[in-house]
Amino acid sequence: MVGHKFCEKLLAKDIKNEFEIIVFGEETHRAYDRVHLTEYFSGKSVEDLSLSAPDWYASNQIKLYLDDAVIEIDKFKRVITSAGGIELTYDFLVLATGSAAFVPTVPGTDKFGVFVYRTIDDLELITSFAYKAKKAAVIGGGLLGLEAAKAMMDLDLETHVVEFADRLMPRQLDESGSEFLKSKLEHLGIKVHLHKNTSSISGKEKVDGLEFKDNSQLEVDMVVISAGIKPRDELAKECGLRTGPRGGIIVNNKLQTSDPCIYAIGECALFQGMIYGLVAPGYEMADIVASQLTGTDKEFTDFDMSTKLKLLGVDVASFGDAMGMDNECKTVVFEDKIRGIYKRLNVSMDGKFLLGGILVGDASAYNMLLQTYKNSMLLPSDIEEIFMKVDRTNGNKNAGAGVSALPDSALICSCESVSKGAICCAVKDYGITDLNGIKKVTKAGTGCGGCIPMVKDIINEALKQQGKSVKTIICAHFEYSRQELFDLIKVHAIKTFDEALDKFGQGAGCEVCKPALASILASAWNDFILKQATIQDTNDRYLANIQKGGTYSVVPRIPAGEITPEKLIVIGQIAQKYNLYCKITGGQRIDMFGAHIHELPYIWEELIAAGFESGHAYGKSVRTVKSCVGSTWCRFGLHDSVGFAIEIENRYKGLRSPHKLKSAVSGCVRECAEAQSKDFGLIATEKGWNLFVCGNGGSKPQHAQLLASDIDEKLCIKYIDRFLMFYIKTAEPLTRTSTWLNKLEGGIEYLKEVIVDDSLSIGEKLEQEMQLLIDAYQCEWKETVNNPEIRKRFSHFVNSSEPDPTIKFREERGQKLPEDWKIAVDG
Amino acid sequence: MENITLQETENLKWFKACNIEDIPADGGACVKYKDLQIAIFHFARRGKWFATQNLCPHRFQMALSRGMLGEVDGEPKLACPFHKKTFSLETGKCLDDEEYLIETYPVKIEAGAVYIEIEQ
Repeated sequence: MVGHKFCEKLLAKDIKNEFEIIVFGEETHRAYDRVHLTEYFSGKSVEDLSLSAPDWYASNQIKLYLDDAVIEIDKFKRVITSAGGIELTYDFLVLATGSAAFVPTVPGTDKFGVFVYRTIDDLELITSFAYKAKKAAVIGGGLLGLEAAKAMMDLDLETHVVEFADRLMPRQLDESGSEFLKSKLEHLGIKVHLHKNTSSISGKEKVDGLEFKDNSQLEVDMVVISAGIKPRDELAKECGLRTGPRGGIIVNNKLQTSDPCIYAIGECALFQGMIYGLVAPGYEMADIVASQLTGTDKEFTDFDMSTKLKLLGVDVASFGDAMGMDNECKTVVFEDKIRGIYKRLNVSMDGKFLLGGILVGDASAYNMLLQTYKNSMLLPSDIEEIFMKVDRTNGNKNAGAGVSALPDSALICSCESVSKGAICCAVKDYGITDLNGIKKVTKAGTGCGGCIPMVKDIINEALKQQGKSVKTIICAHFEYSRQELFDLIKVHAIKTFDEALDKFGQGAGCEVCKPALASILASAWNDFILKQATIQDTNDRYLANIQKGGTYSVVPRIPAGEITPEKLIVIGQIAQKYNLYCKITGGQRIDMFGAHIHELPYIWEELIAAGFESGHAYGKSVRTVKSCVGSTWCRFGLHDSVGFAIEIENRYKGLRSPHKLKSAVSGCVRECAEAQSKDFGLIATEKGWNLFVCGNGGSKPQHAQLLASDIDEKLCIKYIDRFLMFYIKTAEPLTRTSTWLNKLEGGIEYLKEVIVDDSLSIGEKLEQEMQLLIDAYQCEWKETVNNPEIRKRFSHFVNSSEPDPTIKFREERGQKLPEDWKIAVDG
Repeated sequence: MENITLQETENLKWFKACNIEDIPADGGACVKYKDLQIAIFHFARRGKWFATQNLCPHRFQMALSRGMLGEVDGEPKLACPFHKKTFSLETGKCLDDEEYLIETYPVKIEAGAVYIEIEQ
């Protein structure tokens, strides 16, 4: 990460284009985000974690050698040799070799089933082994150890954490803080063993347990060692650079090693006897070396090691002089054993300045406290009132109220060294209004992400100062957000577009607000949509999908993709009779193309007679619930995925929403139905089902996230009811669930609170509203074919019964296809 | 594809296209006149009637009559169902892309029937 950051910084600073950059990496992957490595277990891929696009190096003229470590440095000739035999001379050499896992000298670390937790390769090894394991021990109760413990939990293992010291996270937490964290972890099912000195790892070839110095034992079938880091200084040592007695390449405040042409940055560098094992100081070092090389004199001084993280959903933060060891100080402590919140602030003897502190269970005040400490801001006299209060509503409000008090020089994003002034500047001078824009322009929030709530507050504050309001409206005809309009329509019992326009809008509407209102009205009442045909979008208006040439395609519902031979024959006969092109869709059903508009009611009459219903392929609505074959046939299947998928598809069929909804049910972890790419998906587990939400295929693929695990079918339905209704009520028009979640303040954690914990107490209401919609379901094609007035609209001409004479087909691979459309060359 | 661009001639005639109930309120439908396809729209919210060519000039699709009516800054417009190109119903100008222009026709309502003025 630090090496990659150095390349970025040097590219930015090397205006004269003086440098040729060559990068050697030992791993097979491009530089990736190690801070969020555990997310690999919750479904992120190597590519997701990657810090750059595949062509980033090439497009910046950087030569990149992967899987090719430098094995020799000749500092006199200034030549390096790589494992792959490449020999190169250098003007400057930057060592960003990082660190390896520190493996204590305990017998048995070489046994099968013992791992370290450091690289993606480690994670891959762990994952493939964990499949067969039940109980895992993590040696090390520090930051990395707890990260590893989370990974073990994600892999569904009984998890034990073994720590040598008498408390968890000994570098960051005091004893009380550790106690609070421990009880939180135990509540989550992690067993914590403190003050345990591992004497050996037992087992024949394969690990079967741990033995401790106090003669106690722990039976496990897998061990992950995460007991600290060991700087990768072997290369430096071999070529004669000075290293520390306990490892680390010694550097001065310019980050030069004992050879001034060789620099060392990141976790391999030893500065004033200290290794800086966090990403922010590493980035700072990268910046300093890039500055040195491009002629700016910048020096490294000691770096603030404050951290805030979420470990297994528990906030933990420490900043400044956390233990109150370096200064004489007074201590203010707040404890809430019911909610598991511990806060400790160390204040100067005169009570004026904050020196450091610890937060466990609720770190919402962290950013504000850190800024108060770093900027030596005067503390108010009622310190408890301001900093100790538990904010029940929104964790960020404390920070929000305070950002205006910060000076422009306040460092907000320490990973990227972005100040408050720089963010405000981007808003004012570049007209940026959202977090993504700020990320692009300033890079703030792109490192560990801990500052994001504060960045958002600063953006909003800066916008407010300019007199801009932050609001998304539907269009010029309705100055409301979709959520507001939805509520208005429900409360005022509005049933038609015209009523809504008269009451809440202006003008005559347009192609943006009409379909948006049509969707809201359908989601609110589930009325027959063709009662207001002219506000429906293209496809909804004729309950079919318009295709090239102006013909339509027809998709009957085939719940979960299960279909009888009789029904298959009917589809074949109809396709033959109306000469329709046939294709299997991605959602396990059959699409028939090339129907003339006037044929649609006749086709549907026949489909309905054979027992088919509308498949809503034309609507922003529930499409299909794809399924794998499940336990009924498959030798790996755990539950009946087809049966459950049919139940779900029939429950939500016809449900209209801000955008289309796709779902899938997989009968085991092999995930043949691809449920993790759907808006909502289920995967069978030994104990029940895992419910995933907000996945997406399409142009911006996104893995679905786990909403609840090991739940029974009844609970699945309950949570899906709540989830869908919450989405339907709050999303902007044409926003898929994935984008909606990305924009949702608090993300998946907040969504879990609302859906699973019912933190807003709306769960029951959402379920009732969903039930109303489900009860109101009717097949809209059945209503259409039985309504002569509406049937009349299915005709190309109103003054002739002949079809559109301009429609032409050609033939290919034995089926008809539309004539390709003409593209106007000169207008 | 037939060339349906009309030329200005002095020989114009009102053609009875359909009855008013054939056109949905705030929507449109297509009529056939010889080899010509004409889209007729009833802008019910403003009490106005419009007629245009049925062919969308963007991808040459006979589809404008199935488009959606709307208004921008008071100007009545129509959005093609294929790619949402919008056209002024008064001038025929494409509002998103000045390359495109569609033909418009005068419309009158008499005794429950819709008439379009057209070249003979």
